[in-house]
Amino acid sequence: MGTVMHKMMNGEIILRVEDIHKCYGDIEVLKGVSFDVRRGETKVFIGPSGTGKSTLLRCINQLTIPDSGCIWLNDEEVIYGGPRINQLRQKIGMVFQNFNLFDHLTAVANVEIALIRVKGMSKADARKKALEELKQVGLLDKANAYPAELSGGQAQRLSIARALAMDPEVILFDEPTSSLDPELTREVLEVMKRLARAGMTMLVVTHEMGFALSVANEILFMEHGTIVEKGSPSDIQTSPAFARTRMFLGTFQDD
Amino acid sequence: MSILSPVIVDSLPYLLSGVFTTLGLVILALGLGLIMGIPMALLQVYGPAPLQYCVRTYIWIFRGLPILVLLFLFYFGIFPILAFDIAAFWIAAVVLGFRTAAYQSEIFRGAILSISEGQMLAARSLGMSRVCAIRTVILPQALRRALPGWTNEYPILLTDSSVCYAIGVAELLTRGNQIVARIGDPMTVYVIVAILFILLNYGGQWIFGRIENRYKIPGYGHGDA
Amino acid sequence: MIDLQFDFEILLPALYKGALVTFALILVSAPFGFLNGIGIALGRTYGNRLVSRLCQGYVLFFKGCPLLLLLFIIYFGLPSLGITFTAFTSAVIGFILCNGAYNSEYIRGGIQSVSSGQMTAALSLGMSRVQAIRSIILPQALRKSLPGLSNEFIYLIKYSSLAYMITVIEITGAGNIFAAKYFAFFEVFILIGIFYLGLVTVAGRIIAVIEKKIAIPGFGGV
Repeated sequence: MGTVMHKMMNGEIILRVEDIHKCYGDIEVLKGVSFDVRRGETKVFIGPSGTGKSTLLRCINQLTIPDSGCIWLNDEEVIYGGPRINQLRQKIGMVFQNFNLFDHLTAVANVEIALIRVKGMSKADARKKALEELKQVGLLDKANAYPAELSGGQAQRLSIARALAMDPEVILFDEPTSSLDPELTREVLEVMKRLARAGMTMLVVTHEMGFALSVANEILFMEHGTIVEKGSPSDIQTSPAFARTRMFLGTFQDD
Repeated sequence: MSILSPVIVDSLPYLLSGVFTTLGLVILALGLGLIMGIPMALLQVYGPAPLQYCVRTYIWIFRGLPILVLLFLFYFGIFPILAFDIAAFWIAAVVLGFRTAAYQSEIFRGAILSISEGQMLAARSLGMSRVCAIRTVILPQALRRALPGWTNEYPILLTDSSVCYAIGVAELLTRGNQIVARIGDPMTVYVIVAILFILLNYGGQWIFGRIENRYKIPGYGHGDA
Repeated sequence: MIDLQFDFEILLPALYKGALVTFALILVSAPFGFLNGIGIALGRTYGNRLVSRLCQGYVLFFKGCPLLLLLFIIYFGLPSLGITFTAFTSAVIGFILCNGAYNSEYIRGGIQSVSSGQMTAALSLGMSRVQAIRSIILPQALRKSLPGLSNEFIYLIKYSSLAYMITVIEITGAGNIFAAKYFAFFEVFILIGIFYLGLVTVAGRIIAVIEKKIAIPGFGGV
């Protein structure tokens, strides 16, 4: 743990988020959010619903276009309409709350399709890589199943495999377990924990406080479109400066 | 008066060759409708506003006009003005095709809109361009969902094709009428024509049902998956 | 000599007379087609095996047989069996038979979508089966089938033009006769096209208003 922490602190900054603003109509969902992400780091965003956490993640890969502010991935600006937006998105994986698997494709084809269509891999190479990724998330036996034939947990692990196959520099998890039963949640969190330990850079929006406290390098508490408090899990649990975050955590632990 | 009377039997081959004309009209129209309907649907969903408006107007006109009026308009009005000398059969196929294109594009549009927004988001998050996402993710799903509605155009086109009698296309009904004019006995001839139409109708629907089953995927065909 | 002078003063009265015939065809056929549809749907759902089968056969035949052929059978075929109708009556009969077959499918779907608990509840209140169908099942089923029925009404408007093929001079016929005489097909059929587009669009608007008027919470957009 100590060495990982050490590496993280000295790791290069690979993602820089600068002063992101986003309005929907009259409602300002993001009021200037900034942070840096170092290679190998796991950042967990928590906070009440409707505070812009999911919007923030979508702004990072420009699925939602921010009104102002910049995103930098390895010194290259991620900007909608830019000539390299599709290349940049390949490097920023995303896992959605409701999976968004391609329902007309088998599990292995879900992983393959972008390798073939976007990366231009041969079908044989793509198949090989896809099967490797399925093995990573424990779904090798479901390779030929269609999404409708998978449990929620299997579906979410598949969508993680789909994101991993692109060899992203960072993966965004948008409430990956919110539509899952507790048992299914566990299997998905297991996969995510393993990824974090293996050094994947991850940004996670979640309500799973146990996961946040045990896996995150940094927890960011968001409310009303801004980052209110941020710190390491141990700071948050002990330091008096994190009263609001702890109060929020308390409401969850009481549930 | 009997179906097996020699005059009737003698004219059967002539009548039966009308089956090919009828099916030819229907298949050409279905194909033309498909080729036009998919781009029209895509334009309606993803296209720029002026083009969307054009497509909507096209649909309004071709869905709003009776098939008989469309046939007269094209056969007597538009094609002669364009100075095209084209056989009635081809004009009929074009008119039926233009009309079913309007209906088909609405079917495809509904299917495209029924694909959840998340599919596009996921495709884009993997780095697919918009066009690539539409081609590899949206359309394959939309076309599957559209299949039941699309195959439903077959019986509609089949029954509508009989109206091409009005511009003298030698399809089933026209040939039936010609036989009636020659040998009389309208009831027997019409009943035979009706039986042929009904066989073509439900036979074709059975075949389309088989095709639908073949392309079934778990999670499809039970409304929203 | 053929007068090639295109003349609105002759055309418009001719089209007007034709339009009246078109309206007559639609307005006479629609209500009976509706009632026919209810009858077939009830027969198929609640009739005994024989009645149900007969109704099913009815729908199969009239949905499978082209409307134009049906009109020919009634107008040109039936007289050979000693049954004769005027052209207008033949057209109306054909429309009612065909429209009823299509309507019945929507109404049957509506009936099936009403939960069986509704019938049980009605019977438990002491209603007879017929009473239950009339005052509990049908009012719900018809509301649910309204979008489909509206569609069929629009189809009826358009297919009323087929009456011309059995010599009823409705608007398409009136126009065609005029166009052939003065060789002005393009102009005439543009006018007729506008007539139908207007009629279909206005009918669509009226239907939308009616649908809104009789809407009940929970019965929207089936």
